[in-house]
Amino acid sequence: MKGARISNPKDFGAGLLFVFFGGGFVVIARGYQFGSAMHMGPGYFPTVLGALLVLIGLATAARGLVREGEPIGKPALRLLALITLATVLFGVLVPRTGMIVAGTVNALVGAMASSYFRLRWAVPLALGLAISAALIFVAGLGLPLPVFQNPF
Amino acid sequence: MDIISHLGIGFAAALSPMNLFYCFIGVFFGTVIGVLPGLGPVATIAMLLPVTFTLPAVSALIMLAGIYYGAQYGGSTTAILINLPGEPSSVVTTLDGHQMARQGRAGTALATAALSSFLAGTATTLLIALFAPPLAEVALKFGPAEYFSLMVLGLVGSVVLAHGSLLKAVGMIVLGLLLGLVGTDVETGVYRFTFGVIDLADGIQFVAVAMGVFGLNEIVTNLETETVRTLVARRVTGLMPTRKDLMAMLPAALRGTAVGSALGILPGGGAMLSSFASYTLEKRVSRSPHRFGKGAIEGVAGPEAANNAGAQMSFIPMLTLGIPSNPVMALMIGGLIIQGIQPGPTVVTEQPVLFWGIVCSMWIGNLMLLVLNLPLIGLWVRLLTVPYHMLYPAILVFTAIGVFSVSNSTFDVYLMALFGILGYVFHKLDCEPAPLLLGFILGPMMEESLRRALLFSHGSPLVLVTRPISAAMLVLAALLFLTVLNTAMRKTREEVFTEET
Repeated sequence: MKGARISNPKDFGAGLLFVFFGGGFVVIARGYQFGSAMHMGPGYFPTVLGALLVLIGLATAARGLVREGEPIGKPALRLLALITLATVLFGVLVPRTGMIVAGTVNALVGAMASSYFRLRWAVPLALGLAISAALIFVAGLGLPLPVFQNPF
Repeated sequence: MDIISHLGIGFAAALSPMNLFYCFIGVFFGTVIGVLPGLGPVATIAMLLPVTFTLPAVSALIMLAGIYYGAQYGGSTTAILINLPGEPSSVVTTLDGHQMARQGRAGTALATAALSSFLAGTATTLLIALFAPPLAEVALKFGPAEYFSLMVLGLVGSVVLAHGSLLKAVGMIVLGLLLGLVGTDVETGVYRFTFGVIDLADGIQFVAVAMGVFGLNEIVTNLETETVRTLVARRVTGLMPTRKDLMAMLPAALRGTAVGSALGILPGGGAMLSSFASYTLEKRVSRSPHRFGKGAIEGVAGPEAANNAGAQMSFIPMLTLGIPSNPVMALMIGGLIIQGIQPGPTVVTEQPVLFWGIVCSMWIGNLMLLVLNLPLIGLWVRLLTVPYHMLYPAILVFTAIGVFSVSNSTFDVYLMALFGILGYVFHKLDCEPAPLLLGFILGPMMEESLRRALLFSHGSPLVLVTRPISAAMLVLAALLFLTVLNTAMRKTREEVFTEET
């Protein structure tokens, strides 16, 4: 849209997010029994709260159009993607390979997010972390976690 | 006297070799994370929560508590030596503490921080022992209406803590409450908002939310501003404050303790608010306010006493009412529930060993911290030289294993990743995650108490205002809300703060 300018994008964005979540909860809660005030059904509280969140969201978004504010900073997508990927990889690997491999991959992929990343220090660090984590959680605390698993 | 026998039970529990050990582990880790900028108590406690499942409840809570108040000690070290707050609650310590270090008085500043914290820790341990039981007594008479209003008050209070927009903080609370409702409805057994995912039947795993929005998100935001830290003093000497220093710091530390105790017990209060309030107070009462920001010893003693007092006092609403006043307490409640203990007023009478053990361990922990912080300061200085890029992979691995180990579920690991992304989006939009976490814990409790209150009143919401205690709490909540609204209209609290310094 040309001409229209969102003066406070942070507020506007937060407002939209609230409307989205609040609306989502209200819509899904329609599938649950609402009940009455005396006998609140499973849909009662979520519907009321969801509607409240939509109102808050609308107010926040409206304020974002009126008030001045800073622009939303450029998101560090690469960092976010690497940290998320590292975590997801851990989840994928841990039941298949055990926590030594999963932990090493987790730390290594995560370490790549740093601008100081060098394989030289990252590989021994990741391996060391995974082994010490296994020692602490499994040997030390006796939690029943898979240390090594044959993926095949 | 009752209190003596109570403290007897407590010390007997806290002094058992096992609990001493976990107390030490707690304060040790607390100091470590306090010293390391970029790793806060919320993420650490969330990370260590799974570890505590195998421990008895007393030991678990003693350790987790030690992390929280230990972090208050450690945070000041970083603030003084590298002008970077190790914890948000040590922000104000950077002002005068770092100036002292630049003037070659790093040792004195560190000793002032540690001694003031110890003084505050001792005083608040006594205060908790004196005031928590009567408060629990009162709370035992609370019905569902009172509880509902109390939680409203608690949540409104947490808005005071969140800086920035009031509207967005309220939005985050409501979103937290809604997320807390995901899972099986206790009354009817209906699966709510589970999208047919069986892993969500027990609700969203609390640890996954906390570690996602705090732990993972903190890593990303810290990496965004990766900087090199410079240490002012590599070798710290002259730890012992002079007589003159002691005379200057003692009244300030006492005032800080009073401020921290008063603010820490309030819903939404805690370490950070207390330290800010104390600094402002010290500047007001000082006969030479121009020295502040240039190395005034009172500017270190007051806030450091206040943040420790605030941290410890926030245990009162958690232990006696089962209401978290900040995210750390929310995690403690999560920990207690997993231990099979329903936090609330009955804990004091039905679990005396747990309650008094925790209270007494706080004093022991403070003593340990004094030893850890003063003679061993060189060790912490060395720790400061560990670069962040070597540190955060460790956080990543421990959060991943931690969240997985809660119920051996990879689903929780993915959930944590999702909340990490969500947390980053919130961060970019200037939405504070703390109110979300409080709402998340209180969501199901609020629904339950509202349900019961309305059932007893035959559906009339008037019950919330006709019962005097409930009405009083709602009025208080409204007043708090209006106060914040008023301040928010003028300017945000940070602006108030920068203007004053």
